[in-house]
Amino acid sequence: MPDSKAIFLKDATVNAADGDQRAFIRKALGGYYTNRDLQKARYRDWERARDAASLAKWSAVNDLANVLEKFTANFERNGGVVHWARDAAEARAIILKIAEDAKAKAIVKSKCMTSEEIHLNDALEKAGYGVVESDLGEFIQQLRGEAPYHFVFPCMHVKREAISELFTKHLGTAPTDSPEELTMIARRHLRQLYVDADIGITGANFLVAETGQISITENEGNARLTAALPRIHIALSGIEKVVNNLDDLSVLLPMLATAGAGQPMTCYNTLYSGPRKKGECDGPEEFHIVLLDNARTRLLSDPEQRDALHCIRCGACLNVCPIFKNIGGLAYGTTYQGPIGSVITPHLRGLKQWNHLSGASSLCGACTDACPVRIDLHHHLLHNRRNAAKESPTLFDRAFHNGFNFVIKRPWLFATGGRIFRATLPLLQKLPLPYMGAWMKTRDLPKAPSQSFRDQWKNQNV
Amino acid sequence: MRVSLFVPCFVDQLTPKVGLATAKVLKRLGHEVEFRSAQTCCGQPSFNSGQWDVAREAAIRALEVFRGAEVVVGPSGSCVAMMRQFYPELLKGTPHAAEADDLAARTFEFSEFLVKKLGVTDVGAKFAKKVTYHDGCHALRELRLKEEPRQLLRAVKGLELIETEEGETCCGFGGLFSAKFPMISTAMVQVKGGALARTGADFVVSSDPSCLLQIGGWLSREGKPILPLHIAEVLANDA
Repeated sequence: MPDSKAIFLKDATVNAADGDQRAFIRKALGGYYTNRDLQKARYRDWERARDAASLAKWSAVNDLANVLEKFTANFERNGGVVHWARDAAEARAIILKIAEDAKAKAIVKSKCMTSEEIHLNDALEKAGYGVVESDLGEFIQQLRGEAPYHFVFPCMHVKREAISELFTKHLGTAPTDSPEELTMIARRHLRQLYVDADIGITGANFLVAETGQISITENEGNARLTAALPRIHIALSGIEKVVNNLDDLSVLLPMLATAGAGQPMTCYNTLYSGPRKKGECDGPEEFHIVLLDNARTRLLSDPEQRDALHCIRCGACLNVCPIFKNIGGLAYGTTYQGPIGSVITPHLRGLKQWNHLSGASSLCGACTDACPVRIDLHHHLLHNRRNAAKESPTLFDRAFHNGFNFVIKRPWLFATGGRIFRATLPLLQKLPLPYMGAWMKTRDLPKAPSQSFRDQWKNQNV
Repeated sequence: MRVSLFVPCFVDQLTPKVGLATAKVLKRLGHEVEFRSAQTCCGQPSFNSGQWDVAREAAIRALEVFRGAEVVVGPSGSCVAMMRQFYPELLKGTPHAAEADDLAARTFEFSEFLVKKLGVTDVGAKFAKKVTYHDGCHALRELRLKEEPRQLLRAVKGLELIETEEGETCCGFGGLFSAKFPMISTAMVQVKGGALARTGADFVVSSDPSCLLQIGGWLSREGKPILPLHIAEVLANDA
C-alpha cells in the first residue's frame, strides 16, 4: 500500500513553496468571497437559514433507513430501478452489468464525485467502454489524466493557455485564449457524444424521499443532456444524499449555490422523476439509481461525527481553507479535498492511513463558520486526532507528551526547566532538534528574557 | 474584583512582559491581581495532538489551581478557549465535569474581560502609533470576540487603527502544527504577515501571544519593519 502520508508531505512541501501557483488559486477564488457575501446578504438571516439547512439534513440522516426506504419506494413507483451497493466494487459491478445487458458502446457522464470515489471511469474503460466527461472542468481533467483539484471546481488550477494547448493536442483545434471560444470547442466536441451515447451517468445532489425524484444542480446544462438523451440513465449517489421533502430541498438548493459558488441559484436545478412514460416524446427508456454505502454507515454509527454526513458537497469549506489554498487540492490524495475530506476520509478509507490530514490543520475554524449545514468540521479534526492517538499511538508522541506532562505537573521543575531552556536557547536554536529545528528554518524566536514572569512577579510582590 | 491571572506557559518563559502588562492594566482599573504560581501549562499542546489523557490531567490540575478564584483572566484567546471550550468537553462525564463548567464560566480572555465583564473600553492609555490588528482564530471563532479588542484600541489616545487585508485569515501558528507541518505553516504566515506588513502600520497588535510568536518570528526573519505587540502592552502605556 502506498504511504499516503509520505506522498502528502512531499506534495504539500512542493506546492506550499510554489508562490505563483498559490497566487493563482487565491486570485481564482477572489471573486467568490465578494459574490458569496452579496448573496448571503439577500437572506433575511443567513444564520437562521444555516439552522434550517442543518435541520433538513439532520432529520434525514438521523432517520436514514426509513427515509431511504420511502425514497426507493417512490422511485420505483415512478418506474425507476433501485440498486444497493455496499462498497465501491459492488457499485462498479452493478453499473458494468447494466452496460453489458444494454450492449452499450459509448457512455457519457456528468459531474459525479461519487464516481471518482469508486474509480468508475477506470473500470468502464478496462471493460472496453468509451466514457467521456461532459462537465467542462471534468472534461479538461479527463484529458489531463488528473483527478479533480476541487470537488466543485475541478480544474480551477489550470491556466487558460494550458487548456488551449490541451485542446490543440487532443482535439486538433487552433490555439485561443478566449474562454468563450474554449468553451465552444468543448461544446462542439461533446454535442455529438450525447447523441451517440447509449448510457448517461450522473450523480445526484439530493434524493427527495417524498416524491422519489433526484435533484441535480449544474451550471452548464450538460447533466440535463446526459440524463435525457441516452437510452439509459444511471444515477450514482451516496445514501446520505436523501432529504425528506421538497420543502427541505427549497432551503438546500439556494444555500448550496450561495455557500459553494456565491450564486443566488445555480443555473440549472432539475428534478428527475423516472424514465420516459407512455405518451412522452423524450427521456431515457431505463432509469437506474445506484445507492452507495462505501463506509458511510460506519460514519453514521459514530454519534460524535455523524453530522459529517450532512455535507452537501458545496465546497465552501475548501474555498475558505488556508491549508487548501496553500497546498492545493491534489496534494490531499483523496476524492474529497479540504476540511470535509480531512474529516471523512479517515472514516471512509482508514484512520491510520489518513489521520495525517487531520493533523495538517491549524484548527482555525474558518471551515466550520463557512459550512451551510453547520458541520463541526475543525472540531472533528481534533476528534480524529484523538481517535488516532488511541487506536495507533506513536512512540514519539507518547514519549513527548508524557515527558511534557512530567514537567508541567511539577511547577518547580517547569520553572527550573524554563530557566535552563532560556539560558541555552541561543544554542538550542542551532541544533537540529525535533520541532524547534523546523520552526527555526523560516522564523525567529524572541530573545529569551533573563527572568520568567513568575520570577519577576515574585520579586515585585514580596 | 479579585482577578487571578492565567499566564500562558510560553508567556511565562518567553514574553513575560505580556503578563506584567496585563496585571498593570487590571491594577490601574482598581482591581486586585493575584498569580497562583502552581499554574504551568493548560494542556493544549497535548489536547491538539490527540493526547487527551495527558490533556485531561493538565485540565484537572488547572481546576485545582484556580479553585475558589473569583475570576480568571488570561491574555490569550487560545489558552482561554482551551479552558472555556475544551475543558468541559475533555471532562464531560467525569466527576470533574461540574467544576470544569464552573471554571469555564469564570474564565475570560483579557479584552473580553475588560469590555464585556467590566464594561470598560477606555483604560486611560496613550500610544501614538499606527497599529493594525490580528484576530487570533481562537478569540475570533471559539470565543466570538471581534469588536472588543478594537473598541479598546480605538479608545487609546493617539492610536491609529488600520484594518488589514486577510483580516480573518489564520496566521498559520496552530501550536505544534507550526513545527509538524512547517512548510504549510510558513506559507500561511507569508500570506498573513505579508498583508500585515503592507498596511504600513508600526505594530501588529493581537490578543493572542501565540499568533504574535509566529507572525513576529516571520516578520523578524524577513526583516519587515512592523513589530508584534500584545494588546495588553498597548493598554499598559500610561496616558
